[in-house]
Amino acid sequence: MQGNHAIAEGAIYAGARFYAGYPITPSSEIAEECSRKLPKLGGVYIQMEDEIASIAAVIGASLAGAKSFTATSGPGFSLMQENLGLAVMGEVPCVVVDVQRAGPSTGLATRPAQSDIMQIRWGRHGDQSVIALCPSSVKECFTLTVTAFNFAERYRVPVVLMPDEIVGHMRENVEVPAPGELEVVDRKRPAGPPADYKPFKADEDGVAPLAAYGGEYVFHVSSSMHGLDGYSNNDPANAAWRVKQLHEKIDRHRDEIVLTKRFGTDDADVLLVTLGATTRSGRAAAIEARRQGVKAGVLQLQTVWPFPDREVAELGRRAKMIVVPEMNYSGQIAGEVRKAVGPDVDLRQVNRYNGTIITPQDILAVMLGAK
Amino acid sequence: MSHATGTKYLKGGILPHMWCSGCGIGIMLGALLRAFEELDYTTTDTVVVTGIGCTGKADDYMITNALHTTHGRALAYATGIKAYNPRLNVVAIMGDGDGVTIGGNHFIHACRRNIDLTAVILNNLNFGMTGGQVSGTTPPQRYTSTTAYGNPERDFDICALAEAAGANYAARCTPYHGWEMKENMKEALTKKGFSVVEVVSPCPTHFGRHNEMKETPDMLHWLRDRAISIEDYRRLPEAERTERLAIGTLVSRDFPDFNTQYELVKARAQKG
Repeated sequence: MQGNHAIAEGAIYAGARFYAGYPITPSSEIAEECSRKLPKLGGVYIQMEDEIASIAAVIGASLAGAKSFTATSGPGFSLMQENLGLAVMGEVPCVVVDVQRAGPSTGLATRPAQSDIMQIRWGRHGDQSVIALCPSSVKECFTLTVTAFNFAERYRVPVVLMPDEIVGHMRENVEVPAPGELEVVDRKRPAGPPADYKPFKADEDGVAPLAAYGGEYVFHVSSSMHGLDGYSNNDPANAAWRVKQLHEKIDRHRDEIVLTKRFGTDDADVLLVTLGATTRSGRAAAIEARRQGVKAGVLQLQTVWPFPDREVAELGRRAKMIVVPEMNYSGQIAGEVRKAVGPDVDLRQVNRYNGTIITPQDILAVMLGAK
Repeated sequence: MSHATGTKYLKGGILPHMWCSGCGIGIMLGALLRAFEELDYTTTDTVVVTGIGCTGKADDYMITNALHTTHGRALAYATGIKAYNPRLNVVAIMGDGDGVTIGGNHFIHACRRNIDLTAVILNNLNFGMTGGQVSGTTPPQRYTSTTAYGNPERDFDICALAEAAGANYAARCTPYHGWEMKENMKEALTKKGFSVVEVVSPCPTHFGRHNEMKETPDMLHWLRDRAISIEDYRRLPEAERTERLAIGTLVSRDFPDFNTQYELVKARAQKG
């Protein structure tokens, strides 16, 4: 199975029944698969006029009760940003897949990159937080898509799944989990009298139940600053509460959201911090390094946002050297790692920004060059 | 016989509304809510989707379901709602900026898709909320806060655009003709497929002020004097049409709507 197909299958497994999108390389296989599968399941596939409309339709369908998603790549993701902000502000569960390709601009449309990391975190105007997950294998394309929907539903947030083109187009054998094998979470629904329903009144867990248009609960959702009832409210105290609540909702569940995988990190003198396709090169490099007598380990960031700073700090401060391979020039992950471990750690970057993968040899050269 | 007032859909305690005196949005909203009442719409099965601008504030006064969205994108949000739940009455309320300027692409594609929802477009010939700048419906050589020496561009004819792009229904109204507006709203709401009601409205605060219609009723009189029923308009010689505004039901036809077409797709997929 291909990574992109696994994402579509994972979404359907998680209960997605609405897809709106606009074709763009290297994500289009996700749309194609959804156009074949969703009508069979009674769901809706709709190709919109652009990516702006795609994410808007996804949000609309979610409020009508659907688990909904879209897939795109960098240029389309840029177009989605404003409306993605509405999903944050209106606390609308949905999933956006950004199969990352090389930029800037049209760039190398068919080649991989990991250069949308900061645009995913900070690309929207206004102050907000976001959850983003990054698969490194076809199996993880499936499982992390399910996780992405679960987080979206549990915390009433948009979640970004951010494979690179390599992982999106990679083919591997995958055993598709049986129904019930993976946990599938559905959003909390209101239970009290309809007249009392406040769509932004959070429960103990910081998340408010969400009704669906067309049920007995009538509700307002707004892109403007709003109160508990969803109606416009420009009061400074209300605005402060909203912005804080949107951040805290994610912060307080940080440990459930931050997912990492460790490979040989217990005794590692050299720590590789990886995501997506570089996890594969990193693991091969670590195995080779150990063969040459260097204790190397890999910390894979399955969750990229919120950034796994504590996990990086815990392992990074024990190591003599940290190496961060990533397919961008600016060191978007390396900068976060530096923030987590402080200025005194020997931190080395391996960057590629020409649309080709970072090889194990590239990493070994940086890792062992110091010996 | 008692007349519908539409007040049962109004949020209590927040009137008077925020719109300027002489603005047509209140009359547009009144006509829409009266149409809701006459059609027995429920708050539970009705979703109002708004954009940004003076008209985009309309949902604040309503107690139906609502989604207040981003500038120009109301129709795309509404499409997602209607495509997933065809049972809902979905109404997008927009200004001319939302509807056919920044949102022009969504408008023509909603027409083409012929999705069964109603777009109410309050056309006040300029961007009111941001201070009266030129929009896609400002007539040529008219003055706005960004066309101090006249507008060099042509304006969109919203109903003609809807017709060309494939909508099933298009009507034009003015706030001077409130009863007719409500009737057109009802026709639009009950029409299967994509329907458009254009409400050409006064904006004395901005458009009127820049175009020698400073007093509150001036623009309303201007609309009254130019308005002519579409039936009479069609009988006019071409040369006499230029300064007239055709009102009434301009387009009404019955192409299949998106959801009906999609049911065929689903049936084929489920058979195969």
